[in-house]
Amino acid sequence: MTLLGNLALWLALLVGIWGALAGFVGGLKDRPDLARSARHAVFAMCAALLVAVVSLEWALFQHDFNVEYVAAYTSRNLPVFYTWSALYAGQKGSLLFWATVLSVFGSLALVLTPRHHRALLPYVAGVVALVAAFFISVMLFGQANPFQRLPYTPLDGSGLNPQLQNPGMVFHPPMLYLGYISITIPFAFAIAALLSKRLDTDWLVAIRKWTLLSWLFLSIGICLGMWWAYVELGWGGYWAWDPVENASLLPWLTMTAFLHSVMIQEKRGMLKKWNLALIIGSWLLSIFGTFITRSGVISSVHSFTQSSVGYFFLAFLVVMGTASFTLYANRLPLLSAEAQLESMVSREASFLFNNLLFIGIAFSVLWGTLFPILSELVQGTKVTVGPPFFNQVNIPLGLALLALTGIGPLIAWRRASVPNLQRQFAVPVTVGVFTALILLVAGMRDFYALMAIGLGGFVLGTVVQEFARGARARHRQYGEGYALALGRLIARNRRRYGGYIVHTGIVILFVAFAGMAFKTETEASLRPGESASIKSPYGWTYRLTHLGISQYDALNRQVTAATLEVSRDGKRLGVLTTEKRQHVDALGRPTFQPSTEVGIRSDLREDLYVVLGGVVNGTEQAVFRFTINPLVWWVWYGGMIVALGGLIVMWPGGSPAAKRSQAGYAVRLVGEP
Amino acid sequence: MTPDGRAGGQAACDRRAFLSVVAGMVFLSARPPVRQSPQDSLPGTGPSGRLWDPARAGRPLEPVSAADNDAAIQAIEKQLHCTCGCNLDVYTCRTTDFTCTVSPAMHQHVVGLAERGMTGPQIIDQFVREHGVAILMAPPKRGFNLAGYFVPSVLIVAAGLVLTLVLRHWARTAAPDRVPARPLAPAGTSEELERLRGELDRLSV
Repeated sequence: MTLLGNLALWLALLVGIWGALAGFVGGLKDRPDLARSARHAVFAMCAALLVAVVSLEWALFQHDFNVEYVAAYTSRNLPVFYTWSALYAGQKGSLLFWATVLSVFGSLALVLTPRHHRALLPYVAGVVALVAAFFISVMLFGQANPFQRLPYTPLDGSGLNPQLQNPGMVFHPPMLYLGYISITIPFAFAIAALLSKRLDTDWLVAIRKWTLLSWLFLSIGICLGMWWAYVELGWGGYWAWDPVENASLLPWLTMTAFLHSVMIQEKRGMLKKWNLALIIGSWLLSIFGTFITRSGVISSVHSFTQSSVGYFFLAFLVVMGTASFTLYANRLPLLSAEAQLESMVSREASFLFNNLLFIGIAFSVLWGTLFPILSELVQGTKVTVGPPFFNQVNIPLGLALLALTGIGPLIAWRRASVPNLQRQFAVPVTVGVFTALILLVAGMRDFYALMAIGLGGFVLGTVVQEFARGARARHRQYGEGYALALGRLIARNRRRYGGYIVHTGIVILFVAFAGMAFKTETEASLRPGESASIKSPYGWTYRLTHLGISQYDALNRQVTAATLEVSRDGKRLGVLTTEKRQHVDALGRPTFQPSTEVGIRSDLREDLYVVLGGVVNGTEQAVFRFTINPLVWWVWYGGMIVALGGLIVMWPGGSPAAKRSQAGYAVRLVGEP
Repeated sequence: MTPDGRAGGQAACDRRAFLSVVAGMVFLSARPPVRQSPQDSLPGTGPSGRLWDPARAGRPLEPVSAADNDAAIQAIEKQLHCTCGCNLDVYTCRTTDFTCTVSPAMHQHVVGLAERGMTGPQIIDQFVREHGVAILMAPPKRGFNLAGYFVPSVLIVAAGLVLTLVLRHWARTAAPDRVPARPLAPAGTSEELERLRGELDRLSV
């Protein structure tokens, strides 16, 4: 099967190169035969890459340890669930996964795009084939071939990194990859629009679902990554501003900016240059993320994916960035706006400031991530840029963005009048101020937390007001019950109200982030029967009694489990278990350093987070770290609500009139032709 | 060595006993040695017993001392970067990656310096002298590092000002509104409601 996989890779490369050539030439020379050939080349490349994936999965499930990748990432006793996910656990497999998913997305884009966009499709096929061919080239020429064989056959493989043996890690990488990869489709349409000089809103309509899909995958992938880091890494948090985390945040920020600014182009025919630049920039950032993840140029905890292939990505990034922006600069005269901004106090203006902040935050994250390199270049001194730096720079920007999340929907398109502003802002501002005052009176003194929760109240006030007014209007207009009116309101204008649901999720996330300002932690070494106490920020006291340690063997690991009884203010809550796991191969040989499984007791208010550090002198006296993390569940709920809102926005169907209004400069004043 | 006579004298009458002793010795030698655990106990019933295989629980640790939980020590350690390659601060690393030997050593160094009477800033300066500024979790705010802290904010503020000026210019040069300014709708029927009604009508096509 590995021979078949190798052949499939070579075939995919050749077909991909042909597809790229045929696509570009077919588009530029207006040759339908070449355009058709490029389309078929993408389908053929997709089929060949799927064969390669099946071949690699076959080798993984057959435990063919003569294949270097199989020996490096699996073992005979690895659970089936993780054997499957080993496909993208390592560098080489993830490159294959990336190329395959890209070819699947490319094929779907070619099949599903309506016929009236067909002038763009040869270029789309060309870009998809080019990018996929690059990934295949890295595999074949960058010593990253997943089918590479060893000169001998080990009895068993090394197994999967224990930190990757977590359900979060089965779903988090593919979700992020899907997010990164699907940005290629909007990018391909943007390049197609530039090459074909069809720079009206047509290409935007064609990529609408793809941009939302990409944003949704990135959002889910980032949230799952936070969840994995929290439950698996054991440091008691979910975001550490690691360069690889930052790399995933960058395209999310620029895509979110695009999802806002594209509305201005759709409704007013403005910001054409900006939107194109955002799409090209988002795609380049996704490649930049891949470079960061795989090069090791910046110190990161994600060291398991580092290798020399990063420099292939750097070269690709430079070449594609130069080519894209040269083409973009060449087409600038064709990208003039079809309308002008009429007032500083308008939704267009607020969206522009919103974009400024999104891009500003993306820049500051990128700046902080690259600053160690810059510092070494300029002053010859390497510096560390950790969470204190990022928090200091980004928290004020994030709060300003949160404020704009509430302000934007309250301002009318084109021009807002003072009475209109007064009416729109009265309730949300009152809610925000009232929320902050209550917390202040209750004793909260952390400035940023107060601001975050107060602004959260303001944004939530905005969202509730919008839903209430819409539902009330339907109730009066059509006599519908409020629940039905609310449901139909969302169903009739999914983009707008789905967007508000996303805003609600973002508010919940910000409030949850603010909760971490009140994190408390302590260490204790306890003998069986001994207890430790930790005070919660809510005022109650947890008491944790060490019950003892048990050791047993599981499928692919030797477990040392400590059990603690938990009570709060004297009331027993239950028991918590935290573990040390020594993973072993099928021959019983240790494969990695012992890893930690955290014990977590969650409720809506806070998490009790217990880590077994180890034992003292081989006895049952154990060292624990106890942490109380307020509002962590809100991060997961917030993430789910963001995903739900995103799904509503991109759900097919909706009112035909709403669809039309999204595509053709729909905002007209009363009496305007 | 037992004299032959005594051994021979006992051989006939104690053969069974002799065989029992031999069998017992064989059994004892074949059985794995019983771990000496004078304090062994069932979990939760008393003093700590030894684990069956302590190696499975990772590196042996020392009991937690008062200094480990000292807020001042923790505050210092949260400003120091662990040099093991984990990207975490010393406190987080030593309380998370229990296989790391670097962060516990750095912790001991911090505690040692504190016991010698050094203040927090002095301890941090000492680490900087020993390891360079890369030991800090965030670069010190001086020299080129100021660019690190302020370039994003300055650029955003500058871009915001430019954007404001451009928007004002656009707003002034925009074609006069084709719809004359009209007074707002009378108080009884809110403009918002009318706008929503109109929108609902349009969307209900």
